[in-house]
Amino acid sequence: MSEFVSQLNRRRFLLGAAGFGAAGLLAACSSGGTGTGGTGTSSTGSTGAGATSGGGSDLSGTITGLFMKQAGYSEDHINQMAASFTKLHPNVKVNTEFVAYEALHDKIVAAAPAGTYDLVFIDVIWPAEFATKGLIADITSRIPANWKTDVLQGALDSALYQGKFYGLPWLLDAKFFYYNKNLLTKAGVDPASVTTWDGVATAAKAIKDKAGVKYPLVWSWAQAEAVICDWALMTASFGGKLFDEKGQPAFTEGGAVQALEFMRKSIVDGITNPSSTQSLEDDVVKVFGAGDAAMGLNWSYMFAAANDPKQSTVAGQAVVTEVPNGGAGRISVNGSSALSITATSKNQDVAWEFAKYVSSLEVQTKYISDALPIWKSAYDDPAVIKTAPEFVPVAKKQFNDMTNRPQVVAYNAVSQKLQVAVQKALLGTVSPQQAMNDVKPDVEKLLAQ
Amino acid sequence: MGHVTDSTAPATQSRTGSPANADPPHGPAGPRTSSSSSYSKRFRRTYGTSRRSGGLAALLLLPAAVVVFGLVTYPVLRTVWLSFNRVLSPMPTAPSEFVGFKNFINAFTDSDLIAATGHTIYFTLVSTAAEIVLGVLLGQLMAQKLRFRWLLRAAILLPWALPTVVSASMWRYLLNADYGPINALLTQLGIIGSYRSWLGTPTSAMNMIIIADVWKNTSIAAFFVLAGLAVIPNELREAASVDGAGAVRRFFSITLPLLRPVIMVVLVLRTIEAFKVFDIVYVMTRGGPSNGTQTVAVYAYQTAFSNQNFGYGSAIALLIVVVVLLLAVAYIRMLSTGGTADGGR
Amino acid sequence: MSSGGAGSAKPERGKAMSHRRGMNDRYAPVWMHLVAVVVILVFLAPFAWLAIASVTAPSDLLRRPLRWWPQHLDLSRWVNIFTGDANTPAGGFRSAMVNSAIVAAGTVALSVAVAVLGAYAVSRLRFRGRGITVLGFLSTYMIPPIAIVIPLYLILVQIGLLDNRLGLILVYSSFITPFVLWTLTNFFDALPREIDEAATIDGAGRMRILWQVLLPLAKPGLFSAILFATMLCWDEFLYALIFTSTPASKTIPVAVAEFSGKFATDFGLLSAGGLLAAIPPVVVALVFQRYVTAGLAAGGVKG
Repeated sequence: MSEFVSQLNRRRFLLGAAGFGAAGLLAACSSGGTGTGGTGTSSTGSTGAGATSGGGSDLSGTITGLFMKQAGYSEDHINQMAASFTKLHPNVKVNTEFVAYEALHDKIVAAAPAGTYDLVFIDVIWPAEFATKGLIADITSRIPANWKTDVLQGALDSALYQGKFYGLPWLLDAKFFYYNKNLLTKAGVDPASVTTWDGVATAAKAIKDKAGVKYPLVWSWAQAEAVICDWALMTASFGGKLFDEKGQPAFTEGGAVQALEFMRKSIVDGITNPSSTQSLEDDVVKVFGAGDAAMGLNWSYMFAAANDPKQSTVAGQAVVTEVPNGGAGRISVNGSSALSITATSKNQDVAWEFAKYVSSLEVQTKYISDALPIWKSAYDDPAVIKTAPEFVPVAKKQFNDMTNRPQVVAYNAVSQKLQVAVQKALLGTVSPQQAMNDVKPDVEKLLAQ
Repeated sequence: MGHVTDSTAPATQSRTGSPANADPPHGPAGPRTSSSSSYSKRFRRTYGTSRRSGGLAALLLLPAAVVVFGLVTYPVLRTVWLSFNRVLSPMPTAPSEFVGFKNFINAFTDSDLIAATGHTIYFTLVSTAAEIVLGVLLGQLMAQKLRFRWLLRAAILLPWALPTVVSASMWRYLLNADYGPINALLTQLGIIGSYRSWLGTPTSAMNMIIIADVWKNTSIAAFFVLAGLAVIPNELREAASVDGAGAVRRFFSITLPLLRPVIMVVLVLRTIEAFKVFDIVYVMTRGGPSNGTQTVAVYAYQTAFSNQNFGYGSAIALLIVVVVLLLAVAYIRMLSTGGTADGGR
Repeated sequence: MSSGGAGSAKPERGKAMSHRRGMNDRYAPVWMHLVAVVVILVFLAPFAWLAIASVTAPSDLLRRPLRWWPQHLDLSRWVNIFTGDANTPAGGFRSAMVNSAIVAAGTVALSVAVAVLGAYAVSRLRFRGRGITVLGFLSTYMIPPIAIVIPLYLILVQIGLLDNRLGLILVYSSFITPFVLWTLTNFFDALPREIDEAATIDGAGRMRILWQVLLPLAKPGLFSAILFATMLCWDEFLYALIFTSTPASKTIPVAVAEFSGKFATDFGLLSAGGLLAAIPPVVVALVFQRYVTAGLAAGGVKG
């Protein structure tokens, strides 16, 4: 059983950390008026606007959804959501399948011509690609008007491409800055100083010297999307842009290069763990959780992981804050995900209703142990705040201050080029400026395709 | 193919000639000798005319053909079609544009593909060479009369039994820069001063992938060599040792030449597999850092899947097939000629 | 470990061996035994560590300096693998083992059945285009899966065999059959035609010769082909990754790939899974080892 528990704990970033019992929370939520039938989203007022089928009992058909393992809503909870949806609509059957993030994109691509799935979980970087290639459906007309005001912009962005909706926002996430308060104290570093990137660098040197941490910083800079996430958010916080308004490369100057120089310098100065260039998000959790790093960037799930005594030796010491400021603000990177209805789905109405149900405020509040809601109002709900008082207020601020990675059709190809270029700079093969100059023509060529 | 070489002939004879041989003989009679050829001719006249066997051959090959080509014919034709088109979506309704040989021509000027080819060749040469050298040594060792030979053989067999994905995941963990047991061991033994980021730089990462591959696949080479040694008549080596040849000279002048066919098999099987290498890279590094471990198969995968450039991806995949086929044909050629050269006493 | 020298521990065995080996009746020298010990340690060390890591608590695995022996036994991975819910990564591994075994057995059975007939035809019958036939079959073995995975997916959906073990068996058979066919052809070629001829005189038909004469004689080849084919199935990753998505058909490589995602990697679970994954092929291999070594030689020496 304990393995299973620790699986849950990875997701349970609110409860696990704040030490609240699940039962108490669920009671609090259901008092908000979920439990009973009807279309689940009534209290957000979204039903009136977009529902294609009023009652719900006339809804029938079988849909299959493809979801992600390991993070966000757990498999058990998604299956519970499906079961309760089926209770509302007895003629509906919802099948669920789960794959790891690494296999998700390719699975969607391979399955698209066959129409295996009606609903697919997509990353914020995929709408442009999947929409242009005709894999997912434009559902702009179904989106209720109030969503544009009631849902956080970052979540909406995960489904938007050129002003149209290609999915329903579902999972809101961003990178946060984590530090180990004991190590900071040991080195005499004032936590207020790690609110800027320069402050982080200074603090890291102090921690290295005084707290005996060889590499105070650890990052997910492996050749993967993760390195682009870190670089994109630092670029934004240094006031730069990866791409300009016209969608052309802007990474050869300003904040983008500064960010990269900062990253490289942290390796040269010996404050960044050199293993970062082979590390993914999970490696950051492990190094931080073992007390071998004092600071790092990661998604929201690290809050629970780093504070879970079963897998972390620094439980209770991990503090989550907004991303440090590089001059232009404390800007993070949008890591949200959406549920898209596939273009080949024969049950788009059912898929829509199910997706609307699972992204409703009620359902999201009920399963708040897995993920934070996409709804603005939730962040002012005392019941929600109470679940993780150290986290929810930070999340509320950070979710309003995120940068998006470019919405371009050939995003994966562009990202791969940039990953290689960034890594070349990080490894010191070429200077940051040179790396960016070198890769620019390649990226332009991809954009022109 | 089917060209019977004489190199096994003496071995076969010597094995069956040994009374206590427990292994079932794989060739109970000697080589095809001229003495029986007239009989063979009569046999072939009765059973072997091309017209009559053609029908039967087709009948016997039919089930295999159905199993092999039933499922893949359409996909293969589709891939060939794709390779001459520009197709950017998997959907059947997606627009396509005929581009002739452009995809293939592009392949020869694509700097990423050229770099990936370089990595693939490096990987193929180093891993195959290491596997053969170690395989020959381990095969020799396994053939020795040792007190715990079964344990040795079982130990050498084990890595081969792990699926590549599992062994690659294992190596990724063993080599972990922060918590990997290899770092721990080498540091505690004082061999390295501090933990190293083995997969953190391109060259080092590629060499680590090679080590992981060699660890897993040396087994096959070693067992092939062991099998090859089993058919080398002891009389030959014994005769040489009576002549006063030293162990080293005996190895190079007698054992190695007789192992040549077996080594050739391993060489080419491993070369083909190495050229297609995908799983181990996909799991250990995904082609990083800074594309330093990207191989052609990984590149084809990224092009077709991640980037949905199906036309170009198919072209690269077909080029891989061509290279591998050429290697296979060369292999078969070398085997026949090599075998004859060795066997023709 | 026992040292070299004339066998004092097991003289009977040494004697028996000397009959077989002619002059070569003494144990190898001591240094050779030492080399063997080193080799055994090098090959077994990673497995030994997998065994230890699989019962060490996650946080203990992240210690520096690493302790080589667990402070307290943590059997949770093993418990979870054997009793966990099929939806958890650990519990899913159990069904993956079953799936892998069924897929491997089914594929090998189908491939060998059709390849035996085909190999007989190629080896014993004369017909035009014989060489090109073999090469044609073999070429499907050389296609990188990536090249055909998407259209293949479409076909599997149309015949209702997506996310299905039978579907995987059919796909695997399409590239394993050529391999088995090629191997068996080589082994049949190694058997002199005089055998067939003698059996023909006795009045045996072609099929009887194949089943009752050739196949038993080609046993080493058959077993090594089976072993290699089993390993190819056991090893296959990309098709399984794309074609399976539920515990109903996910195989070991897919399950293990999911142990180490970007969000979570449990080294201990990976270790336990790795150990379990190695057991079935090793058992098969050790059982057939005698045939395999003999078989490899016969198959290997022929082109």
